[in-house]
Amino acid sequence: MADHGTTFRFIGCSEIQEILGKQAEDERALAELLEEVPLDSVYFHTHSYFLRQRFIERTYPNDFAEWVGEQVRDHVLAERLSVVDPFGFPSLDSLREEIISIIDDHLSGMVSVPRVGFGTPFYFNRSRILEVPTGLEARTLREFRDTISTVDVSAIYYHVFEAHLRLQREENDFSAWIRSALRLSDLADQIRALNPYLGSLERLRSSLLAMCDDHLVKSGHR
Amino acid sequence: MIGELEQYREVAPKGTIDFLYRLSELVQGKRFLQINAVRYGGGMAEILRRLVPAMKALGVESRWEVIAGTQEFSDVTRRIADGLQGRPEIITDEQYQTYLNVTARNAKALDLDADLVFVHDPEPAALIDHRKGGKWVWRCHLDAGRPHRSIWSLFRRHVLKYDAAVFSLSGFAQRLPIPKFLLYPSIDPLTEKHRELSRAEIGDVLDRFNIARGMPMLLQVARFDRFKDQIGTIRAYRMAKKYHRCQLVLAGSGVLHDPVGESVLAEVQEAAENDPDIHILQLPPEADREINALQRAATVVMQKALKEGFGVAVSEAMWKGKPVIGGTAGGVSAQIVDGATGFIVHSVEGAAFRIRYLLSNPGVMTRMGAMGKEHVRRNFLITRHLGDYLTMLKLLCPE
Repeated sequence: MADHGTTFRFIGCSEIQEILGKQAEDERALAELLEEVPLDSVYFHTHSYFLRQRFIERTYPNDFAEWVGEQVRDHVLAERLSVVDPFGFPSLDSLREEIISIIDDHLSGMVSVPRVGFGTPFYFNRSRILEVPTGLEARTLREFRDTISTVDVSAIYYHVFEAHLRLQREENDFSAWIRSALRLSDLADQIRALNPYLGSLERLRSSLLAMCDDHLVKSGHR
Repeated sequence: MIGELEQYREVAPKGTIDFLYRLSELVQGKRFLQINAVRYGGGMAEILRRLVPAMKALGVESRWEVIAGTQEFSDVTRRIADGLQGRPEIITDEQYQTYLNVTARNAKALDLDADLVFVHDPEPAALIDHRKGGKWVWRCHLDAGRPHRSIWSLFRRHVLKYDAAVFSLSGFAQRLPIPKFLLYPSIDPLTEKHRELSRAEIGDVLDRFNIARGMPMLLQVARFDRFKDQIGTIRAYRMAKKYHRCQLVLAGSGVLHDPVGESVLAEVQEAAENDPDIHILQLPPEADREINALQRAATVVMQKALKEGFGVAVSEAMWKGKPVIGGTAGGVSAQIVDGATGFIVHSVEGAAFRIRYLLSNPGVMTRMGAMGKEHVRRNFLITRHLGDYLTMLKLLCPE
């Protein structure tokens, strides 16, 4: 994180998954249980989904869509849940409401409730996230870029995904620091506009590197 | 000691080892004790043998204790393990008392003092009755999702005394009023079972088992057990064989002193009908190098079990860059990313179709194999497991 000066301190994170012991075998139960599970569980199945899919990009970008699509084989609802962008919601409560509303609306047009046939039930879990200071710092864009290329990918998750909820604002830690400490508003805008929900963490790393490299080349630092 | 961890720098994802050093700083001086029933044999002991020194290298006071038992004790704990996995079992009062007495003797002999005590599986679980402090976690490696009721009601009273329980899959857990966590098993890429092998080493193993070099090879590594469905794999192979020249290797253990294993092996041999391209190999439990070579020589790896634990053999094969065709049982589908690192199938016909598809598309196999290896690197290596343990230590013992 940025301190009061110009140093960016990279913080990584480690996640432990807690089993809540609630499971859904059909789409109605999914909505009903989603109503009662803690918000941590909504976070787990949407935001921290990306911490667990660090490399491979799955067909669907959250656990709910993944289960409905892959296990229940209800591709219509899976697609509708896929376009829910967690980044577009100010709170987990509003994100939960949106997901429940989509499922309810979908079920209102169905004759019977789609359920898992040959697959596995949906198991509700939640995250326990531990912040881990990496000891890595950056004072310039060059140092920032070099650290991004080698840091544990959980630091990218922490500063982009966690920042969204922790700081309750659209700006992630990287773009905020580049804007305020380096005063590179164009680059900050580019990084701020990255939608992290459309790819893996490694792809996000590549995008960040490409943007930094592009800026360094244009500014004659390469 | 640091060397223990440094050697993983070459195989772990970038930044991981430095991250582990930083994570370990949060738990410096903490004492972590692992307790299980065997020092050698089985995936859990294999991993503990490497995890415990690696934690020491990180400055965590890490110990591993193994309980001692008698034949009667082993018999009771086998019944408990079977019952937890759903097999109807009965334990008499006398047998249960044996379990408690042997546990009490172990409690006197072992040093149980630690900040976090991880107790693996049912054998040492009753040690919780003798806890001296610290947080205690029961690590269940079994599929206890549908236990036999009488065994579970007997055993549950011990589990309830723990501060938390850890399972390998959400579906393996029972309803419990204590926190339950999910930790995936892992593989150690530097052991004999997973280290890189030369072509000559692989060729030697193939020659020893009279397996043709150069012919596409389907492989299933699993003990001879009906739930592993070797016969279903033979049927899928036969369907694919009509279109592709290929051979099938079924390698497994579990036959020695096991009448059920022997009868399954006989059924599998009968189903093979003396097909010279079907190789049925009975391997001893210590045949790590042979399994490594077979997995590296395979074209496609099958894991078509009907009932399965976590099924870490899937990760083993993906680590060797092989596409895996697996069923939906246990943890198989938690490891395969369908369509990316292999295929999840629901029937013999589905398996046959995917075998044909892969054998017809070598480029797809290469791409899936590479994806699978990276998937394992990030999710199923011992370095991730080490991070999980350190995180649990910090979260459960914050002060």
